[in-house]
Amino acid sequence: MLSLILIILTATFFTGIIIRTKSIASGRKGPGIFQPVKDVIRLFKKGTVYSETSSFVFRIAPTIYFSSVFVAMLVVPFGQSKGIISFNGDFIFFAYVLGLGKFFSIIGAMDTGSSFEGMGASREALYSMFAEPAFFILMGSLGLLTGYTSFQEIFSALHLGSPISYALAVLAAFVFLMIAMIENSRMPIDDPKTHLELTMVHEVMILDNSGFDLGLILTAGFLKFAIYGTIIFNLFSGTIAYEYAIPMFFAMQLFLAFAVGMIESFMARFRMNQNAQFIVVLSSVSLLIFFGALLISGKFI
Amino acid sequence: MNYISIKNNQTILLSDIPESNYEWFYDKNIDLVSGHPERHCVNYFGYKSGNNIKLICCIADDSTHEILISTCLVNKAHDLESFTNKLLCFEKFEREIHENFGINYIDHPWLKPVRYANNRFDKSQVIANYPFYSIDSEELHEVGVGPIHAGIIEPGHFRFICNGEQILHLEIQLGYQHRGIEQLFIKKKKLLQRATLAESIAGDTAVGHSVTFAHVWESLCNFQTSRDIEFSRTLALELERIAIHVGDLSGVCTDVAYQLGSSVFGRLRTPIINFLQEWGGNRLTKGLIRPGRNQFPFTSALAERLKQVLDIFEPEFNEMVEKLFSLPSALSRFERTGVVSNADALSIGAVGMAARMTNLNRDIRSSHPFSFYPDLNHQPILKRHGDVYSRVQIRREEVEQSISYIRKLISKIEPFIVQEEILKTPKPNSFCLSLVEGWRGEICHCALTDKNGELMFYKIKDPSFHNWLALALSVRNNEISDFPICNKSFNLSYSGHDL
Repeated sequence: MLSLILIILTATFFTGIIIRTKSIASGRKGPGIFQPVKDVIRLFKKGTVYSETSSFVFRIAPTIYFSSVFVAMLVVPFGQSKGIISFNGDFIFFAYVLGLGKFFSIIGAMDTGSSFEGMGASREALYSMFAEPAFFILMGSLGLLTGYTSFQEIFSALHLGSPISYALAVLAAFVFLMIAMIENSRMPIDDPKTHLELTMVHEVMILDNSGFDLGLILTAGFLKFAIYGTIIFNLFSGTIAYEYAIPMFFAMQLFLAFAVGMIESFMARFRMNQNAQFIVVLSSVSLLIFFGALLISGKFI
Repeated sequence: MNYISIKNNQTILLSDIPESNYEWFYDKNIDLVSGHPERHCVNYFGYKSGNNIKLICCIADDSTHEILISTCLVNKAHDLESFTNKLLCFEKFEREIHENFGINYIDHPWLKPVRYANNRFDKSQVIANYPFYSIDSEELHEVGVGPIHAGIIEPGHFRFICNGEQILHLEIQLGYQHRGIEQLFIKKKKLLQRATLAESIAGDTAVGHSVTFAHVWESLCNFQTSRDIEFSRTLALELERIAIHVGDLSGVCTDVAYQLGSSVFGRLRTPIINFLQEWGGNRLTKGLIRPGRNQFPFTSALAERLKQVLDIFEPEFNEMVEKLFSLPSALSRFERTGVVSNADALSIGAVGMAARMTNLNRDIRSSHPFSFYPDLNHQPILKRHGDVYSRVQIRREEVEQSISYIRKLISKIEPFIVQEEILKTPKPNSFCLSLVEGWRGEICHCALTDKNGELMFYKIKDPSFHNWLALALSVRNNEISDFPICNKSFNLSYSGHDL
C-alpha cells in the first residue's frame, strides 16, 4: 500500500523535474514542475479522434497499456512493506504484465497503417526484446543470492550481506536505471523532445493517439519511471525504518530525475544502430551480477 | 568559335551569342564540361522565340574566370538527344526544359516533372500523381515523408525505399512552393517590385539573391556601381553567411538531441541578425540591398557597434564549437554519416558547400570574384570526406573566415558617395548573367531584354537546384533515422528550387 502511494506521488513530479532541469541547463526558465500533470489533466477532458483506417485494436490499446502499468505497479514493494499483490515469482508477473501492455501498444501502432508508426513499433519491439534478458538475469541472480522469489522477500533479504552484495546492488541499480531509460524512451536511446518522426522510437508510436487515450499513455509513462525508481531504491533500503526511508526515497527520486535531465542536456543521443549494442551490454552487466551472486553463495567452484 | 566568353556581370548583345545547330551545341557543351572539373554548367534554359525554343547554355570556367555562352534554336516537334545521357549535371536543366516547353528527349533517363510550373507545357500532369520510382518487393518497404514537414519549415515530399532501417533509395519531389517568380519579374514593371521579388526567392538568402539581381540590373543599365555600395553588399553577404551557418549548427545539434549546442548556437544567431536590424531596419535583411542605391550607408558608428558585437560573439562561438567538436556522442553521429563522394559531387554538378565538402573547389568568391572579394583574396575552405562532419566543419570555419573578412572590411570603411548618376533603362536586346556566392552556394541570375529595353526573360537558379540530388545520394545506405541530420546539414531551399 505504501509503495502505491509513494509511486503515485513520485509520478506527479518526476517528469516535471527532468523538463525543468533541461530548461535551466539550456538557459531558459522552463515550465512548472507539475506542468506535465496539468497537461495530462487537460488531455483527459478532451475527446479522442480515431483514424478511419484503424480498428478496435487501436481503441483498446491505450487502456490495456495503462492497465498493465497500473497492475505492475501493484506488485512493487517498498522496503518491508509488501506491494498490494505479492506472491512467489511475482517479478516474472511484473515483467510480463508490462510486456502485455507493450504488445498492445505495438499492435495499436501497427493498426494505424502508418509507415512511421510501423518503424517505431519495430524499434520498440527490438529494444524491449534486448532489454528482457538483462532484467531476468538480474532478478534471477538476486533470487539466487537471497534464496527468495518474490520482490518483497528478495529486497528485504538483500541488505543482509557482505560489502560485495552492495557492489552488486550498485551494478543492479545501473541496469535498472538503464532499463527505465529504455522503457521510457529517454536519452541516449530515444529523444523525447524531437519533432522528427524518422528518428523517434516511442513518440512516433503514439502519433495517432489523442485526447483521453494520449493522456492514459502519458500517465503510464510517468508511472513507469516512478516504478523503476522505487525498485532501484529497494535495492538499498533493506530494513531502514520508515521515518528515514521515506525522505531518503524522495531525495533519491529527485536526484534520479535531476541526473536524467543533466544527461539529456549535455550529450547527443546514440546513432540508432548503436542502441541495440548498448542494450545488449546491459545483459552482460547482469551476467556479471550473476557470477557475483554465484561467488557469494559459494555455488561457483 | 560557336560560343562567346564573358566575365561575371557582363552584359552582351543577344545577337553576339553565336547560334549553332543542335548537333554542334550538343557536342561542344559536352566537350567543354566532360573531363574538366573546373568547368560546370551554371545555367541552361530555354525561352520561346517565335514558334521555336531558343536554348542558352552557360558554362562557367573557374580557372579562366570566364563564362562560356552558347545558344541554339530548336523546334519542339523534334526529339532531341539529351546531355544528361552523357553528363548527369544537366539532368535537372533538361527536365525543366522538357516540363516548360514539351521538348522530348529520347535518351533522358529520368524525365520527370521538376516543379509543376504554372505555365508548364502539359497541364494534365499534376503534383498529386508524380511518377515515383517504386519497387515491387516483399522485403523492402516505402516510407513517404511530407509534403507537410515535421519541423514546419517548407513543403516537399520525400519517398524512401528502405530495407528495414537502411535507406536504399530516396526520391525527392518538390514543387509545392511554386509561385511563378520568374514570370512575376516580367509582369511587375517597377524596379522596387522586382527588388522585393528578388528578396523573396529564398527567404534565407535574401541578401544573396538581391545582390545578384542588383548586379544584373546595374550591368544591364550600364551603371557604374560605386565602392560604398559594393562594400555594403560584401558585408551583408558575410553577415548573412554567419547568421545562417550558426543557425544551421543549432539545427544540427537539435537533430542529434544535443540540447546545449542547440540552445547556445540558437542564441548566438540573434546578435548577428539584431545587428542587421540596427543597420538596415530588418533582421532578415529585407530592404537592405537595392539596385543602384546605397539604401543604408555603413557609418563608422555602425562599424564600432559591429566590432563590439563580434568581440562578444567570437569567443562565445569558439567556446561552443570546441565543446561540440570534442563531444564523443555528437561526433559519432556526424562522422561517416551521409557521405557524398567527390566523383558523385562532380558528376551531379554540386555547388557551394555541397561541393567544397568533397574537396571540389567551387566558390564564386574566388573563381568569378565580384564586389570586394578580389580585395579580400578569398581562399575557399575545402574538406575531403563529404560527410555530415565535413559540412559542419565547413560551417564552423566559414563563420570564422567571415568574421575575419568583416573585421578587415570595417577597418577601412568606404565613405558614402551621394549618387549623381541615376539608373537608366536597360540596354535593349541584351543578355546579362550574374553569379554570386550566397551562403549556400552559387546563385545565378540571367536576364534578357527585348528591343525596347524591357525585361523579356528572367532566369533564376538557386544552388539548391543542383544540390537536392546530393542530399538524395548522401542518404543511400544510411539509416533512415539519420536522414534528418543529413537534411539539416545540407539545409537546402524548397522555395529557391520551386521558384
